[in-house]
This record gives sequence, C-alpha cells and structure tokens, in this order.
Amino acid sequence: MTQMERVETVRPRNFGVSYDWDELVQEDRVHHLLYTDAAIFDAEMRHIFGGTWVYLAHESQIPNVDDYVTAKLGLRPLIMTRDSDGIIRALYNRCTHRGTTLCRFEKGNKRSFQCPYHGWNFLNNGKLRGVPWAEGYGENLTRDPKFNLAQVPRVESYRGFIFGTLNASAPPIGEHLGPIRKPIDEWLDRNPGGKVVVCEANRIKYKGNWKLAYDNSGDGYHVLYSHRSLLETENRFVDENTEKGMSYYRTAPDEQPMYMQYMGNGHHFKDKRPNLQPRNGGLWAIESLHPGMEHVEQKLRRQFGDRADALLDLAGSEPVNINVFPNLSLLGNHIQVFQPVSFEETDTIWYGTRIEDVDGTIGEDALNDINTLRMRTQEGFPNFGEVDDVTNFEQIQRGLRCQEDEWIYMNRGLGIPGRIHTLEDGTIKAPATDEMFMREYIKEWKRLMKAEPHLTIQREP
Amino acid sequence: MAQPAHDPSRHSYYVGDALYQELIADFDVVRRDDPTIQDLAERDVFRGLVEREARLLDRLQFKEWLQLYADECLYWVPSTPNGGDPRREIAVMFDDRRRLEDRVFRLATGFAWSQAPSSRTVRMVSNVEVFASENPDQRLVRSNFLIHEFWDDETRALAGWAGHRFRKFDGVWRISAKQVNLLVCDQCIRNPSIIL
Repeated sequence: MTQMERVETVRPRNFGVSYDWDELVQEDRVHHLLYTDAAIFDAEMRHIFGGTWVYLAHESQIPNVDDYVTAKLGLRPLIMTRDSDGIIRALYNRCTHRGTTLCRFEKGNKRSFQCPYHGWNFLNNGKLRGVPWAEGYGENLTRDPKFNLAQVPRVESYRGFIFGTLNASAPPIGEHLGPIRKPIDEWLDRNPGGKVVVCEANRIKYKGNWKLAYDNSGDGYHVLYSHRSLLETENRFVDENTEKGMSYYRTAPDEQPMYMQYMGNGHHFKDKRPNLQPRNGGLWAIESLHPGMEHVEQKLRRQFGDRADALLDLAGSEPVNINVFPNLSLLGNHIQVFQPVSFEETDTIWYGTRIEDVDGTIGEDALNDINTLRMRTQEGFPNFGEVDDVTNFEQIQRGLRCQEDEWIYMNRGLGIPGRIHTLEDGTIKAPATDEMFMREYIKEWKRLMKAEPHLTIQREP
Repeated sequence: MAQPAHDPSRHSYYVGDALYQELIADFDVVRRDDPTIQDLAERDVFRGLVEREARLLDRLQFKEWLQLYADECLYWVPSTPNGGDPRREIAVMFDDRRRLEDRVFRLATGFAWSQAPSSRTVRMVSNVEVFASENPDQRLVRSNFLIHEFWDDETRALAGWAGHRFRKFDGVWRISAKQVNLLVCDQCIRNPSIIL
C-alpha cells in the first residue's frame, strides 16, 4: 500500500453501555453476559473483529488475477479480490452510493463490480469507474476518493492464510501470530511443497455464541463425553482394529504425552501428535474407517512399497488443533472458520484441503487416490463428532438463560502445583484436559475489550 | 450382478476411481431433461421403492432401510448444487456401506446427542422420473423431496431432489447409489444429523 492512499479514521458514533470487564472476566470464571448480551456482541464486532487480526480467506480460493470470493470481517460483508494488478484486497461489499452490496455471488472472476441498484461500477481495486448519467452530478465523482469502495486497510498473508484488520497500529501478521507460526508451519510442511488447496466445505450452523466454539477448539476435557458416540462408532470392530481415532482420551488423558500450549495473543495449540507411534504410517494406523481406504492402501503399497506409509499419512487427519484467535482453527486437514452471526448464532465452516504433487514424485493416479481418500477422512468428524458438540453448545446457550446462576467456570488445572509450566519463549504448557487456554485467551479478549481500538478504513486515492 | 469378494460391511475395497467415474456419469443422466421411460407401470415400481425408503426413514427403521440398499452401495450428499466431483471436493456426506452402517450404529449408541431425542420427520416424495441405462439391470430415478423435520424447538423444511441408482440383484431392485441434492447444500445447516 502506498502513502497516497486515503485512510479514514473511524470515529465511534455510539458509546453504548459500559461494563466492569474485571468483574465479568475473573481468574477462574466468566460471567454469562459474555455469551448472552447483544451489546457485548456489538462491541466485539469493533474491538475483536475490528481491533485484531481476523482470518478472511485462503489464497488458493483466489489463485488468478481478477478472482474473487466473498467473506466477512465480523458481520461486515467483504469481497476478497486479487485485483487486476495481482494485489489481494478486502473490499467492503457496499456501494458507496446507497450502501447496497455489490456482489451476491460467492466466487468468480471479474475485473469490475456493477451495483445492481443504480449501476455504479467499481474496479476490483475498489476505484469507482463510472456512474450512469454522470452529468447529473455537479462534479466528476470518479475523481473524488470518497466514492471509491472502502477497504480493510491492513491485509496480510501468512503462507497462504489471508488476514485483515481495521486496527492501524496492529503489528505485522507474522509478529502477531508469534509462536503459533511453528505449528502452522508444521501443519503445512507435512504436505508436498508445504501447500494445501481449499476445496469446498462442511458447513454447520448453531444457535449459540461464537466463543462457545473457540472455547471448545482446544478442550481435551469434553472428548470422551461429548464424542462418546463417535468413539464407540470408530471402535465398533474393536477385536480387529483397536485404538482408532481419539481413543487415547479413554485412559488417563492427562498422563498421555499429548499437551495443550498457550501461544500468546489468544492463540493456542493442542498437540496430540506425541501420542502416535513415531514412524511413517503412525498416523494412518489410528485413522478411523473410511470409504475406499482398503482399496487405496492396497494400491499404494503395491506401487510405492515402503514409501506408501508416508503417502497414506497425507490422507490421515493430522492430530492437532491450531487455534488462531478469534476465528480460525486448523484441525485434522480442515481449515475451520468461526463466523459470528449474532450473540446467539454462529456459522462454522470446515473448509476441506487437498494436496498437490509439487515435485512430481507422486504421480497423477496416486495423487487422485490420496486426495479422494483425504476428502473422505475429512467428512468423518463433522458428520459423527461436530454435530454432537454443536448440540452441546446450543444447550449451553439455553442453560445460560438461568440468568441468576451467573458464572461459567474454566478452573480446571488452576492452582495445582507442577501442572502448568511457562516456557522460556513465554508460551504456557499444560496437560491435555486443562482449561488453562480458556483462562489465557479470555485475558486477551478482555484486554481488547478494554482498549479503545484505533479503527480505520482505506480507499484508493 | 456378482457378489462382492469382501464383506462391504467390514472392508471398503470397492470404492475406487472407476466407481467414482461411473457414479459421476450416472448422476449426470438424471440431470437430463427427458426421462427415457414413460411406461407408468414401470415408473410406479420405482415410485413405490422411493416412497418405501421415505417411510422407513420417517419411522427410524434403519435396519429395514439398509436392506433396500445393495451390499456395495453409496450414499452421497454433495456440497455444491451441481453435484461436483467427490474426488476433489468435500461432500456434506459420502458414505459407503460400512459408513452408512456407522451412521446407523452411532444413532443407536444412546450417546448421539444431536439425535437425543431423535428428530421427528415426515417426508413427501414426488415428480418421479425414470431413466433407462445401457445396463438392462440398472435404472436411474429422479424424484423431488420435502422433509419436514421437528427437532428441539424448531420445525424446518429440507427440500431438494434425489437421484437413485437402482440395480437388480437376483431379480430384486436395490439402491446401489443415492445422491441427495439439498437446496441448501452449500449453506450452513443447523444440526445436519438425520439420514436424508
């Protein structure tokens, strides 16, 4: 972005109601208003989904010049474009004339967007290109930057993940991600060329606050109970196929080598990889049963011999939860996005990923088999696991209507000597079922809610 | 039709690239404008089977429902309106025989919270059209459906159309593949946990 561009500071027009954040967010518990109060939700759309970096889209969704995909920054509708100069932009999907959304399709390839209401036409870099019957205006509107589309002023990518923020003083995205970059790097680098390509999604809505999903994203305590039907299903042929899926939660999960790690700035990481046998094929060995897995395994073993184990692992669900505050979770092979709709409604989008044969050592036929199987493994959890979680999220939202019973606890592990360790880099490690990550991320949430963010939008000059 | 070499309830050797190609080609057939079979008696045979499937699902009679399906079968709910290519795209659901039985098993565990209590459904099927195939023991059937589902605090309508691929085994028509095209296939859906 050049200095020529026009930056507008957004002045708050509504000072709302004030809260005693230190009373609502305590060391071991939070108040139900964090989940049930519409005014707090509105404030979150400015302080969180405006004031810090938010995941918007993946570069593989707009690989070519003039590609676009629609997205959201909090509730703000966006058009993510790769403009005609190849620059990735997050345009407000809002005509500068009367406020109409310009683009109603999810994705496509367009050099310009014409408003369906009065025909104003904008280039995919946001500049107003022309208006019908321009002589009806006393000036040439295309020369006045205030009629160019607003756009998110800070848009930066980290290895294909595109983030945006309205906060002019936010640090660069790499610095903001900090230590969570390492698990992101490892998640990418297990794939050929360190790349994944987004390919459609499982999409689930629930009637509950968005933070219920983020609370859950690192929660090792719920697995055995919320996912009991999944664990029983994955292990229904237990005589032949023991220890599938997340069975390692069944016995003393806090004594397993897996762990939880808080990474700063609200990000956290659940690493279950240490539970696997440390060898190629260790991941494949615990993969649940999926359509076509025996067929593909037989073919790959015949063709690739010892190398087949490593290739089969590419179809297996990587046992990590990499949670990037406030709305991104990399888990298995999914790119999951939490999309707030209202204080009591949330969309969760589980984008699938496939791999590419970057160095040509897999071959078209085997690549097709691996990716096909990778689609089937990714469909497993949303179908047999997530549906039970979101049901429990909805029932939390309902339980919180008992408004006199005010508190929600996150005190598991708090104050127990020797359980939680702060490492040299400032990250914090705890056993797998610990609620330490909830206590830590909500401190970051509180810090953002207390701060008055310096929000800006930008227009082309 | 030959018997499978492996028990498809336990092993999935039959789901390979050839099967996917055939699947995509077959369900392109039911996207054509003109059904090839006009004979009302034959159409009624398939209408009856589609209605029987709807009835068994409404009554949660999953064992009987599974018996309508061939031993080697597929149940596919695409995540895009045109069906797409399930080798390159995540589907809402894509089950072989074993995973369909997983689905039924899970609901019976007593711990499937998304279906505790179970949804109540009533399904209407109509606009049944039958397409012939080069294989005399195969028919493609297209029908529209409307499912009213009551769950928790809401009664909702799930609408769309289904393609059924029927194949004849020992003189009996069984479902070898079903493609369920939900109107909302690419939208966020609350609690997508009933069998469609």
